Amino acid sequence: MRGDAIDRLIHERLRLGIVSALAVNDSLSFSDLKKLMKTTDGNLSVHARKLEEAEYITCTKSFEGRMPKTEYRLTATGRRALERYLDHMEALIRATRER
Amino acid sequence: MDNLAFIRDTMEAAGAFTAVSGWGMVAVGIIATIAAVIANAQHSVLGSIYVWMAAAVLAPCVMLWAIVRKARRAHVPLLSGPGRKFILSFSPPMLVGALLTVVLYRAGVVEAIPGMWLLLYGTGVVAGGAFSVRVVPVMGICFMLAGTLALFTPATWNDWIMASAFGGLHIAFGIPIARRHGG
Repeated sequence: MRGDAIDRLIHERLRLGIVSALAVNDSLSFSDLKKLMKTTDGNLSVHARKLEEAEYITCTKSFEGRMPKTEYRLTATGRRALERYLDHMEALIRATRER
Repeated sequence: MDNLAFIRDTMEAAGAFTAVSGWGMVAVGIIATIAAVIANAQHSVLGSIYVWMAAAVLAPCVMLWAIVRKARRAHVPLLSGPGRKFILSFSPPMLVGALLTVVLYRAGVVEAIPGMWLLLYGTGVVAGGAFSVRVVPVMGICFMLAGTLALFTPATWNDWIMASAFGGLHIAFGIPIARRHGG
């Protein structure tokens, strides 16, 4: 990805929400994220998978008793991507104000 | 600009998962347990009330330190949305508790003070916990039940009820919060 190009992967609203929520938590479960993002299982799965493929987040599957539990964590790459995205947004705002 | 606001709002909403420090609660629980042992060794109800008052000054300082530490570690502002809402909801019952302590002390009804503390602390936790993880308001309800028990049982039970609630409940709820919600 070019340094001056916006990161399309986290520019999408739901993926940006997932990354932002994980930035302030060590980990969040699938159901925590679903409630937070007010979205459907399918939609969350698709977008979380894309972030996982880009290694922005990691996914751990386990069992709590008999219930399956999926937990997500933000990786160092994901955190850097969010910081870059925030820098990009700030730069855009600065540039707009200077006009 | 819209995206920055969205990031901030999401972080604030998700911050409810991190606002309360579980380890801070465990520390408060340990302070309360030590206070209960010392209070129980006093020869009068008034004597044990003084011990609990000292603990009531020390415990919030430890809790505040733990919350600040947790917020810094998570890189979130202390007075962000959920944190601010928690403080605004939790503080009024605490102020009422402080005022009622003076009133009950002057009226010589010191036996009612522990029950009143537990009830109002529970009220504050339930109100503030509405902006936090579900386990926090549940803990508040447990404190309210303990307060009700303290008000309608003999005064000699107060230290044990206070130890079970301020000590036991803080430790019992603090450990899972610390493990599941980032410290």
